[in-house]
Parts: sequence; C-alpha cells; structure tokens
Amino acid sequence: MTNKELKITATKVRKGIVEAVHSAKSGHPGGSLSAADMFTYLYFEEMNIDPKDPKKADRDRFVLSKGHTAPGLYSTLANRGYFPVEDLKTLRKLGSYLQGHPCMTETPGVDMSTGSLGQGVSTAVGMALAAKLSGASYRVYTLTGDGEIQEGQIWEAFMFAGAKKIDNLTVVIDNNGLQIDGKIDDVCSPYPIDKKLEAFNFNVICIDGHDFDQIRDAFAKAKECKGKPTAIIMKTTKGKGVSYMENQAGWHGKAPNDEEYEQAMKELDEQLAKYEAEV
Amino acid sequence: MGDIVKIATRESYGNALVELGQKNPDVVVLDADLAGATKTSTFKKAFPDRHIDCGIAEANMTGIAAGLSTCGKIPFVSSFAMFAAGRNFEQVRNSIGYPHLNVKIGATHAGITVGEDGASHQCLEDVALMRTIPGMTVIVPSDDIEAKAAVMAAAETEGPFYMRFGRAAVPVINDRPDYKFEVGKAVVLKDGTDMVIFANGVCVAEALGAAEKLAADGINAAVVNIHTVKPIDKDTILEFAKKTNRVFTVEEHSVIGGLGSAVCDVLAEEYPVKVTKIGVYDRFGKSGPAGALMKEFQLDAEGIYNQIKAKI
Repeated sequence: MTNKELKITATKVRKGIVEAVHSAKSGHPGGSLSAADMFTYLYFEEMNIDPKDPKKADRDRFVLSKGHTAPGLYSTLANRGYFPVEDLKTLRKLGSYLQGHPCMTETPGVDMSTGSLGQGVSTAVGMALAAKLSGASYRVYTLTGDGEIQEGQIWEAFMFAGAKKIDNLTVVIDNNGLQIDGKIDDVCSPYPIDKKLEAFNFNVICIDGHDFDQIRDAFAKAKECKGKPTAIIMKTTKGKGVSYMENQAGWHGKAPNDEEYEQAMKELDEQLAKYEAEV
Repeated sequence: MGDIVKIATRESYGNALVELGQKNPDVVVLDADLAGATKTSTFKKAFPDRHIDCGIAEANMTGIAAGLSTCGKIPFVSSFAMFAAGRNFEQVRNSIGYPHLNVKIGATHAGITVGEDGASHQCLEDVALMRTIPGMTVIVPSDDIEAKAAVMAAAETEGPFYMRFGRAAVPVINDRPDYKFEVGKAVVLKDGTDMVIFANGVCVAEALGAAEKLAADGINAAVVNIHTVKPIDKDTILEFAKKTNRVFTVEEHSVIGGLGSAVCDVLAEEYPVKVTKIGVYDRFGKSGPAGALMKEFQLDAEGIYNQIKAKI
C-alpha cells in the first residue's frame, strides 16, 4: 500500500472506532485512535494473514496486550475483511461476538484473549517461542500501552524475550503519554523506556507512530535484526484524529454523545477527503 | 506382607512427563527455577530443547504456556501449588481459562506435607481457586500410579487441567490389575454400609487406615477416592450417600472450597444428608516434618479416625 492508501484506510479505521464506541455507549476511544495507524500498517501491509482463513497455521500472530483498545483492533479486522464493518455497531452488546475486550473464541482474527493488562506480551512470547521450537517462520507482534508497562509481568516477559533472543517477536509500545489517572510520568513514570529495553537486550527503535514512512522503516529493521527481539516505541497522540479527544486523558474510556459523535465523524470525513485528494 | 512402596507424586509427575515426551513431540515443559523440586529435571535431561526455564517469573511462565498452546504445543506448567495456582490465579483465569486453552498445570508441593518450609509454601487454597474457573479440570491424585495416569489423561484431553502433586512420599495404593483411571470417575476402594469417606490426594491412604480402625470398632465405612474434584462424579457420590446416609470428606486442603465443598454442592442440591468435612479449618500450616504435621492437623489415619468417632 502507498502512504496515501494507508492514510485513507487508517481514517476509515478511526471512523469505525468512533462508530463502535458511540453505538456501545462505552469503551476506549483514546488509545484505539492513537494506535490506529499502527493497527492499519500491521494488518494491511506487514503481517502475513488471510481474512478468509483466520486460523491458517503459518500466519503471523498479533496480540493486543492493551486489550481495552479492542475497538481499534475490531475496526481494523472489519476493514480488512474478517467480518462486516456494520457489525462494529454491536460492540459490547449482549449476543455480539465483539466483546468489550478481545476474545479469541468469539471473534475471527483475534489470536489471543486479552484485557487484563500486562498479560498479553507473555502470550506473544509463547507464540514466538512456539515458532522457534517448530522451525516455523511466522512472526509475532504485540501492542502494549505505555501505562501498561507499569505492570510487573511485562518486565518478566521482556527479560525472558531478551535473554532467550526471541528475534521473531516485535513489541510495539504506544507512547501516547496518558493513562486513566493522568500523565504517565505523573502517575508513575516508566521513562526512560528506550534505555530500559536496551538494557533488557532489545533492539529499540523510536518513531513517530503517525508517520507511515517511519513505521515502514521500523518493521523492516525489526525483520533484519537477529538475536534480539525488537521494541518499537512509537510516540503518538491519544485520541488522534478527533480534535476534542486529542491529548485528553478523559477520553481514555468514554463514549462520545450524539453531538460529539457527529463532530468526530465530520472531522474524520474531512480528513478522508483531504487524503483522497492528495496526489 | 512386603514393605509398602512409597513414592512422592511429584516424582510420578516428572517420570510421566518423560514418557509423554517420548510419545508426543508437541509436549513442552515449563519451569520457574524449580525443575529440581518439581522433578521436571528428568524431562529436561531427556529433552533439553523442549524444557523452558522461565526463571523466577511464574506469571510470565503461565502466559508463555498460553501462547505456546495456541500454536499447537501441549505445555505443562510446573511450579509449587502456592505459585501455580495462588500467585498465578488471574493469569490462569484470564490467559488460560477464559480462552479455554490446552495448558496443563502441574502443581507440586501442595498442602501441609511440604513440611519444614512452612505456611508460606503450604498451599491449602489451590483446589478452591482452580475449581471456580469455568472449564478447568482439577485432579488430586492419591499415589504414583494415579498421578502418572492423570498426566497421561491430561495430555490426551483437550482443555486446561490443574493437577495437584505432593512433596512427601506416599504409599502406592492403586497397584492392582483392575485399577483404571478415568477423568471425572471416582474409584471405590472399599465398600461399606455405615458411612462413606470421600477422600483425595495423600488423604486417601490415611482414610483407608481410618476405615480399618473403624472396622475394628464394628463400623463398616466405605472409602471412595474422588481424584477428580472437577468435573465431579455426581453419580458415585449420590450412590454412596444414599447407601450410607452419613458422609465424611477428607482432604489436605482448606475445608473452604475444596473437595468437601464440592461434595456438599452435589449433596445439598440432590440428596441432603449430614456431611462432616475433615481438612484444614481456616488456618495456615506450620513448619515441621510432613508426618508430624499430618498428625498435628489430624489428617493421618489416627486423626481421621478420632475426628469421625467424635462425630458419631
């Protein structure tokens, strides 16, 4: 995909996020929107996957360790063709296969059930280890929040991955700088994230998580790196794409009302028109 | 009579894993720096490439096992019961139980028979914790033969298993040609008409000893081994409750939430009858030799006999 196509797709993913959370009247738009470009790149460009065969044995795997941003993953999967985009409106509703947090037994394309913070990275490490044990070539990707890395289990997983040289694993850290109670450095600072991960034997790449050239370059470097897992620390804007949500911790886990929904969709449609007009 | 053979069920676990490793290349074993104690070091020696030492990080080990299982491996997660079920409860619930993954948890050093290490390591709550997780099979084997059979059955049965093994050597009581292990099927060791004793784990041999003492007093007690606490064998429990109308349960576990509670769940709904739960009563363990602790907690044959006599 060209950057233009990726930007258009990411904007559609953002529209799906807003649609789903508005319909559910609850959920987590802020961190879904900050990671929308990453979700888009992974599922439309990077990963070896087939929406028609979600469980094919040699597929690349993705674990959404920051499981509360399920709307971001669901919107990406829907836009990628795993299930109808219209179904995003069933998010969190009784009887829907789109649970509040990812559930691998309910939703096509979800490789691991997550939601309780700190556990996803370990499961991704297990998947990557399975590939190594079997001599398989698939790669494993996981996305964690910058607040989530306050969980101790995350560092157990990082220590293991670094010590055992799990180089088919790429951990993406969504560094939007905000968590429920405020700024991550005010709540309990995990900084410096890059130096900590380097000390854990990671190949660390710091990028702007809304710049597709940098995202593309980072994954290429991750694939080339042997003997170390890669961590991509991406600087992002929480709520990216919806003006009133941007950089507001309050939009971590809140749904827009009808008026706010209209405003968000208008803004995203304008962005879509702008990207479509780009040469 | 020859000498009674005694083997710790953690030894059985390690030996069974080696046998499994030979049969099934997908079997992998995970440890958190306790391979010597959990007896998985025998597997490590036989299959070094399929033994994963995660270091002292049980939560991560549990997650790694979950990930491995989604890719077709059959992971056996090994640690002390205190950590495998206690420290890891939420990881087991959310990363293994909720997605119903094919992970087998081998929890050794359960209960007071851990001995000298004391209460911090004597998990008396694991069965209660594990049986609340939807879809989790919970097995508490009574001896070497049953422990090995449980490991084999776990490997052949899809879904999460929690298996509870002990540190101390226990008598081999199932060494007979007609012994058959089936997940969820109780084993009747002694028929009886006056009462039934439902037991599991190390308490099965002790319950048999208690039944002998009761017989000397003219009391005919049935002894039934409920090795699978979940799914529990309702039919056999009801059959013996109806036959005897007096039920005792014996376990090396808290009486809150373990075998006794599971038996009461069945009987309260289907056939209310007087039940006395023998186990550990809302207290922690303590340091001492395993045998002395079994006596102190009245879980040896003599203690069980005395507790039953006091109730009838």
